Amino acid sequence: MLVWVGVIWAFGIPAYMLPSPARVVAAAVNRFGSLMSSLGISAAAAVGGLAGAVLVGVAISLSFAQSAWVRRMFYPYTVLLQTVPIVAITPLILMWVGPGLYSVMLITFLICLPPIIANTTQGLISVDRNLVDLFLMHGASRRQVLLKLRLPHAMPSMFAGIRIAGGIAVIGALTGELFAGSARVGVGGIGYAIQYASAQTETDYLFALVLAASALGFGFFFLVMFVEWYFLHDWHESARSSEME
Amino acid sequence: MRGGLRRYSCRFWVQINCGTRVSETALKTIRTVTVPAIELKRATKRYGSGATVLDGIDLKVQRGEFVSVIGPSGCGKSTLLKMVAGLSPCSDGAIAVDGMTPENARQITSFIFQDATLLPWRTVRENVGLGLELEGVAKDRREQKVASVLELVGLSKVAGSFPRQLSGGMKMRVSIARALATRPEVLLLDEPFAALDEMTRDHINEELLRLREEQGWTALFVTHSVAEAVFLSTRVIVLAPHPGRVAHDLAIDLPFPRTEETRLSEAFEEKIAEVSRALRSVSVVGARA
Repeated sequence: MLVWVGVIWAFGIPAYMLPSPARVVAAAVNRFGSLMSSLGISAAAAVGGLAGAVLVGVAISLSFAQSAWVRRMFYPYTVLLQTVPIVAITPLILMWVGPGLYSVMLITFLICLPPIIANTTQGLISVDRNLVDLFLMHGASRRQVLLKLRLPHAMPSMFAGIRIAGGIAVIGALTGELFAGSARVGVGGIGYAIQYASAQTETDYLFALVLAASALGFGFFFLVMFVEWYFLHDWHESARSSEME
Repeated sequence: MRGGLRRYSCRFWVQINCGTRVSETALKTIRTVTVPAIELKRATKRYGSGATVLDGIDLKVQRGEFVSVIGPSGCGKSTLLKMVAGLSPCSDGAIAVDGMTPENARQITSFIFQDATLLPWRTVRENVGLGLELEGVAKDRREQKVASVLELVGLSKVAGSFPRQLSGGMKMRVSIARALATRPEVLLLDEPFAALDEMTRDHINEELLRLREEQGWTALFVTHSVAEAVFLSTRVIVLAPHPGRVAHDLAIDLPFPRTEETRLSEAFEEKIAEVSRALRSVSVVGARA
């Protein structure tokens, strides 16, 4: 903070280049309503995209866990999905789905999907052979092995995937909004508002938006951490050690 | 196959003619004279490329016996056990457990693995109930059975704990309790105590014999430890390696119940010497070949 203020004072930087903290706070307070609505829209897009990616990703992983065959056939596509730069296909999505919340959600979804699939699949198939034998000895069905052994075993790695996805969900939502922010002029998520504010050289508000976006990212991270802790703290070391920190 | 049919007709007949209690005893008597608990006939295991792991194993384990299998590493001890469990098929020959195929005999067989193989997300109670749960035993009956087996193994106090809160010896006890919860007639143990310190190991050995006394199951036990094999068994089978085959079949006629006293006795020392000699002889042969 002091450095920030000091730099402005020492070099005489104009407010449209680097506003002082006071101006940023003032901008945030003055336009609190629109700041919050942007934040809400971005949060909704990120949550929706992430939730969709968790549901679809886990479902895909479950089918991958069923046979090495399915895995070998379809896994390369998820790698492909990861390597295609999302920015490059955003205009396509925009063209197909149209601008607005849904295309932003779709972009978030696509960016969140690969880490969830990769981690969950790994967790599902890396079960101790002896445990599978134990289940077979008691006449367990495939379904029982999946639901009572593989799925709980995969929980820690699934959450590791969701944590990565949670971090990039906000980035995905903002990226999406930069391109496909708003169906109506003037209302949109943070990404859209950032673009708008930068075009208008409302640098103080721009700063407020950036801070809000960071806060959203943080919030997301802790949300995922909490859910993970809730499910794993009884038994898993990773969740226990974060409990002690 | 024939053994299986005979066995079922016996059970049917007995249950019609007597009350449940009587039938159980009578059934045991009849089965004792009909089929051995485990029978291997020329059982052979080859892996794809043609490497023979086990070559024509002939072995009969009678009901109530405690048979240890010992041998140098690579002699196929664990493979033998997996085959009896029906987890790994015979390449040649046949295996019968209580007159049935190993797969069909799973409901009367329990397996205890090298490590405790507990599910970390389940409490001790839920881990012990796993076998019953998978076999579809109703919840209240399951809880009753779990409670009684926990009592038997002395784990009632930690029933609500998670595996991570337990020591290695305790985890192994939970693993034993889980195996016994389904009331098996045949128990297969694959070096279950190898990772435990000696004190704990001795304790659990004594406990295992006490449980056997109470429940009367038949055991096939794979181990590296001569002392453990002698202490626990009524018979020790020594396997020779490359390919695995039965080299010695030694009766251990030390009196039961065996306790700390047994370990200090001269007869125990002599048996250990005898088994060690047998083990050394197959190791030397193995090295020369």
